[in-house]
Amino acid sequence: MSNMFIKSTFFKTLVILFLSVYALNSRANLTIEITEGAEGALPIAIVPFKWSGAAGNSPMHDVSQIITADLKRSGRFNPLGLEKMLAKPSSGDQVDFRDWRALSMENIVVGQVQPNGTGGYLVRFQLFDVYKGEQITGYSVPTTASDLRSTAHHIADIIYETLTGDKGAFATRIAYVTSVKSAGKKTISLRIADADGFNPQTIVSSTEPIMSPAWSPDGRKLAYVSFENAKPSIFVQEVFTGKREKISSFKGINGAPAWSPDGRYLAMTLSKEGNPDIFVMDLRSRKLRKLTNHWGIDTEPAWSPNGQQLIFTSDRGGKPQIYRVAVTGGTPERITFEGDYNARASYSPDGKSLVMVTRVNGNYRIAGLDLDSKQMRVLSRGSLDESPSFAPNGSMVIYANTANDKGELSAVSFDGRVRQRLALQQGNVREPVWSPYNNRERSR
Amino acid sequence: MRIKFFKWAILLSAALMFAGCSSMMPSSDGNSDGAPVADASGDASTSGANRGGAWTGNPLDNPDSPLYSKTIYFDFDKSDIRADSVDMLRAHAEYLVANAGASLTVEGHCDERGSREYNIGLGERRAAAIKRFLEAEGVSGTQINTISYGEERPVDDGHNETAWSMNRRGELVY
Repeated sequence: MSNMFIKSTFFKTLVILFLSVYALNSRANLTIEITEGAEGALPIAIVPFKWSGAAGNSPMHDVSQIITADLKRSGRFNPLGLEKMLAKPSSGDQVDFRDWRALSMENIVVGQVQPNGTGGYLVRFQLFDVYKGEQITGYSVPTTASDLRSTAHHIADIIYETLTGDKGAFATRIAYVTSVKSAGKKTISLRIADADGFNPQTIVSSTEPIMSPAWSPDGRKLAYVSFENAKPSIFVQEVFTGKREKISSFKGINGAPAWSPDGRYLAMTLSKEGNPDIFVMDLRSRKLRKLTNHWGIDTEPAWSPNGQQLIFTSDRGGKPQIYRVAVTGGTPERITFEGDYNARASYSPDGKSLVMVTRVNGNYRIAGLDLDSKQMRVLSRGSLDESPSFAPNGSMVIYANTANDKGELSAVSFDGRVRQRLALQQGNVREPVWSPYNNRERSR
Repeated sequence: MRIKFFKWAILLSAALMFAGCSSMMPSSDGNSDGAPVADASGDASTSGANRGGAWTGNPLDNPDSPLYSKTIYFDFDKSDIRADSVDMLRAHAEYLVANAGASLTVEGHCDERGSREYNIGLGERRAAAIKRFLEAEGVSGTQINTISYGEERPVDDGHNETAWSMNRRGELVY
C-alpha cells in the first residue's frame, strides 16, 4: 500500500524546517463560522483520517477536519458532510468509487495518522479522481504535535493547487491588532496567528495604540506604528526573534508603512512638513524621498506588485478617494469615482484588482475594483468594515468588522461567494494583514 | 489682549468667590470664623463671616473656570472649530498668553468610522485647527505641541451616534 504514497523529501524538509519556535497554543482564541455557503463549488469528500495509534493517545488536532475547513472557506470547494458518507475508508484500497460517484463526488481524500517516534506523527493522505478511479496525488508527511495543524494546512494547499491550478494559501498567517480592556485599562497587542485564526501569539504589547502592521515580502518582518512615549513612530520588528528597530519618528504623523515588493523600500505617511504626504524610505540608506506634495491628506500608500506604482488615499478632491502615482513621482491620477468615500486600497497579487473600504449609504464596507473594467463590487455586508487584506493567492480577503459590539475579523472569498467570521472570544480585534507565502520556512 | 485678560480675571475671581461662599459647608470646628461672639449690648448679636473659598490653585484645575473644560467637539468628517467651542478656546488662549511658560499638547481624535490611517490624518487636521485658533489669539506656536490619535483612543467605546459625537474631539493636555 505504501508504494502508493509519493514520498517527497522536499516536503519532508519543509516540514522539518517548521519550527519549534511555534509553541502550540492549544487554546484557540479565534473561532471560524462560515456565514454563507458556496453555490457551484467543487464537490469533494474528505474522509476522517484514521488514527492508528493507541485509542487514548490520539492527536489533539483532527487533520482531516482542518483540511475540510480550509477547503470549504476558500469558496471553491463544497466538502461532503460526514453524515452523508456511506463508508469511511482510510486508504486507497478501501475506497469503493461507486459509493462516491453515487454522491456526485468528483474527488475523495483519504488518510491516516500514525505515531512516529516520541511526540511525532506520520500523516499519510491520498487524493483520488472518483470518476477515473485514479490517485491524483499522495504524500507521507512526518510531523510533530506542535506542527500538526500546519501540516494539515499544507495538505489543504496541495489539494487546492492540484485541483484548481492555483497556489493554496492555507499554510500562511495573519497579523492583527487586539485591544483588551481589563480593570479600566486597555492593552493593545500586535499578534500573529495561523490564517485560520489558531495559534495566536503576541509580538508587541502596549498601553498605547499600535496600528497598521505590514509584512515584509519575505514574511520575516513586520512594520507597524506604535504610540509609545506619547508619539507615533514606525518600527520594524523581526517576527521570529522579536528584535526591533525604530525606523521613523519625525515630528507629526509617522504612519501607514508599506513595503515595496523587493523589500528595499518602505513607503509611509509623514507630516513633518506640515501635512500628511507619502514618502519612500530606502531602508539601507534611510534616505527619504517625497512622493506626493499636496495640502490634502495623502496616506495609506500601497505598492503595485511590479513595484512601479503606488496607490494611496487622498482627499485632495474634497472627499477621500484612491489615487495612483508612479514610483518615480509625477502627477497622481484618480482611480476611484464611485461613491464619496474610498480609502485604504491595496492591490491583488496579480495586480489586476484593488480591494478597499467604501461608503455605501452610510455603511463602511469592503469593495473590490477591477482595474480594467473599472467595475466596483461590494464584498461585505457590515456597517463598520475596514482594513481589507488579500490572501497571497488573491482568493480571499480578510477584513475587520464590528459585530456584537466588538471588533471581529471576517474573511470573504474574492468572488464574494463565501463569508466567514473569525471571532475572538475576548476583546476587540482589528487590522488583519495576511502574510506572504511560506513565511515559516524561512525562520531559520 | 492684556486688558481683555484682566477683565476676564476680575469676572472670574468674582465668580469664584461667589461659588466659594455658596458652596461652603458648615463645619464642626468652624467656630473661629462663624461662631456668635458674645457682646454685652442687649438684643443685637454679631457674627463674623467666613473667609470665603477663593480658589488658590491652578485655574486649569478649577471646576468653575472656563479653563477647566479641555475638550472641544467636531462635526463628522470636519475640522472646523464649532461656535460652541470658541469661548472656551479663547479662555485657554488668554491663559497661555498670560502664562508664557505654560505649554500644552493638543490631541486630535476621530470617531471609528472609515479607515484608521485616514482618521490619523483627520485627527491631525483637527489638532492643527485648534493650534491655529490659539495662535490667532496670540499664543506662541512654541507653547503648542500637536498629536493625532485618529480613532485609536475613543472616550466612548460604543458604536453609535452618541459615542461617535463624544469621540470626535480635540483635547487640550497641559
